[in-house]
Amino acid sequence: MERRTIFAGWVLPVCLVAPQLLLTVFFFLWPAAQAMWFSLVRQDAFGIRTEFVGFENFADLFADPLYLDSALRTVVFCTAVAGLAMGTALLLAVFADREIRGRAIYRTLLIWPYAVAPAIAAVLWVLLLNPQIGVVAHALKSVGVLWDYKLNDTQAMIVVILASAWKQVSYNFIFFLAGLQSIPKTVIEAARMDGARGWRRFRTITIPLLAPTIFFLVVVNIVYAAFDTFATIQALTHGGPGKATETLMLKVYRDGLINLDLGSSSAQSVILMVAVVVLTGLQFRFIGRRNAE
Amino acid sequence: MKRRSLLAATAATAVVAPLGLARAQGAKTKFVFWHAMAGALGDEVGNICKGFNAAQTAYEIEPIFKGSYPETLTAAIAAWRAGQAPHLVQMFEVGTGSMLAAGPAVKQVWQLAAETGVALDPASYIGGVRGYYSLSDGRMASMPFNSSTAVMWYNKDVFEKAGLDPAKPPTTWNEVIAACRAIKAKAAAAIPMTTAWPTWVHFEQYAAMHDLEFATKSNGFDGLDTELKINTAPFVKHLNRLLDMSKEGLFKYGGRDNAAEPLFISGEAAIGFTSSAARAAITRDGKFKAGAALLPTDPEVNPNPINSVIGGASLWTMTAPNRSAAEYKAVATFLQYIGQPDQDAHWHQVSGYVPVTFAGYELSKKQGFYEKSPGTDIPITQLARGKLTANSKGFRLGRMVELRNIIQEEFEKALQGQQTAQIALDSAVARGNKVLREFEKSART
Repeated sequence: MERRTIFAGWVLPVCLVAPQLLLTVFFFLWPAAQAMWFSLVRQDAFGIRTEFVGFENFADLFADPLYLDSALRTVVFCTAVAGLAMGTALLLAVFADREIRGRAIYRTLLIWPYAVAPAIAAVLWVLLLNPQIGVVAHALKSVGVLWDYKLNDTQAMIVVILASAWKQVSYNFIFFLAGLQSIPKTVIEAARMDGARGWRRFRTITIPLLAPTIFFLVVVNIVYAAFDTFATIQALTHGGPGKATETLMLKVYRDGLINLDLGSSSAQSVILMVAVVVLTGLQFRFIGRRNAE
Repeated sequence: MKRRSLLAATAATAVVAPLGLARAQGAKTKFVFWHAMAGALGDEVGNICKGFNAAQTAYEIEPIFKGSYPETLTAAIAAWRAGQAPHLVQMFEVGTGSMLAAGPAVKQVWQLAAETGVALDPASYIGGVRGYYSLSDGRMASMPFNSSTAVMWYNKDVFEKAGLDPAKPPTTWNEVIAACRAIKAKAAAAIPMTTAWPTWVHFEQYAAMHDLEFATKSNGFDGLDTELKINTAPFVKHLNRLLDMSKEGLFKYGGRDNAAEPLFISGEAAIGFTSSAARAAITRDGKFKAGAALLPTDPEVNPNPINSVIGGASLWTMTAPNRSAAEYKAVATFLQYIGQPDQDAHWHQVSGYVPVTFAGYELSKKQGFYEKSPGTDIPITQLARGKLTANSKGFRLGRMVELRNIIQEEFEKALQGQQTAQIALDSAVARGNKVLREFEKSART
């Protein structure tokens, strides 16, 4: 049964909803509308001369091989971050879900990294990996690896993927652990009695029952990798060397705030906005359908 | 979306300043100065402002630190769009092109002097400095403040260890290579050579000193329809030299902008190219005897090198609706104040920037500053060398920050062996010209 509160008049509900609506309008809708407008004009940095150019900014972007490279790079980056963060989190969650001594401590510790600010996380990684002062860098050098992520595309990419994924493991861990705990023990016991061993039980019972969680996390992780890793990448590599770690989000920042090309930057924002809308739409549809079943 | 909220946030902080201004509206006219000087230099800026406030009773300046140069530029633009621009803002030299195209957002120095009647005489400012911030007819657009140039810093202890004469730093690139080989052979330092500001030092300064065209139209001074020329033979030669040095283990790339500075200051690198204004940090944190020397040149490219160009920043007066004549006069008075010989000489001596006025330089000489701290006149000597040409006047290119980044990116790809020097520079020119055309369009529409 659905429960619904019925208000007598319209004043109280409006008052209750207004603050949230106002915040949404001022901090989301208005800036988004501005971005859309800016994406259709060519303007100098100070906004003194404005010329309507239609979809020229978009056309320029899609004709720019560097933009397409950046898009492809973002796809690779997102896939790697989501895969790594979710894989690690699932593994940890499965182990933390067992009956082991001091389980609460493990769980708490595993959730900690989520509270670390992205820029701080990046600094920690710099201290580990910096070619000159990093501990890990020294270890790698001692086994003969030429470690210099400031001047090696692949290494730079690995560094930003590791740092970004590490940040997200905690979040995924919480959801996976909750998901695992909600799987009825009786089902697993029954499978065990039928002679299903560990991996088979995991594959045929745990994974299907975790599917909603997994799907939700896939969307969240992709959105995270695409939009929330800016601070980490900026602090670690500034998008370099060359353009090796410049994701779409970094390009928006670079073109807008550093290069002051508001038209192109806004057009990129609008494209990203569409991407988020599509992702969110997918999620709503899928989860909505599951709930309806 | 992220950018929007950042702009909104900066604009929001901008609103706070004038509120404070209105509250304190007593007898004094208050005005706000946004600067980008962190640490020791920021304290010095604070001292200058305190000195100004103590020296007269009519005006009061409030200095506010706004972050890095690009951050200050972005903040100033956002504030102006919101009608809340600071009265005075410190803008790095590569932002000059953008500021000149800003039209009504700024009040150029000649305009300010004419409107307020406060005398601000261009002739008292040193040519190499003034030229960078002036219109082609000689009228000053912004006020010179902190100007430096690139120099070669070297570790005298390492030089001695490698059997090199610390009193005789290398002057040509061949000598630099020889010195680096000696340092490497004796393992006197982990890294023989590194460089901060790769684009500024190895392309902009290199072009000016060897009298090479960096971009057409006098490096952009004569028009917006300028094109990069850095893929010509002398530039390719120099880039190849750096690539070869890197392969041989003589040169280590330390990152973009000033990221490589710590490599020299920590004593790891024997030779480091960076701004002369790094002196404060090097003397404070370096645990070795450091020397400053002229940037090396290539006699095969030009046997008679001329002046290098300045870096650093100048002060721009910004406009806002309802800004009163008294406020502009306050700004003009402050600009006049910092141009006084004793102020200029003091700022020069504590900061490592070069004096911007002739009188400030003369005063420093008279005070015996250059005998007391040897090497501090190197940047001045280098800036004053030879006769100023269209190639050594400076750079007036729009979106120069982006151009610098493009060159750094192509440089990085070449260092990884992904492309040759010629391809790297061809691609930098092609990408850079696209940016210049975009700027031209946006500045004309």
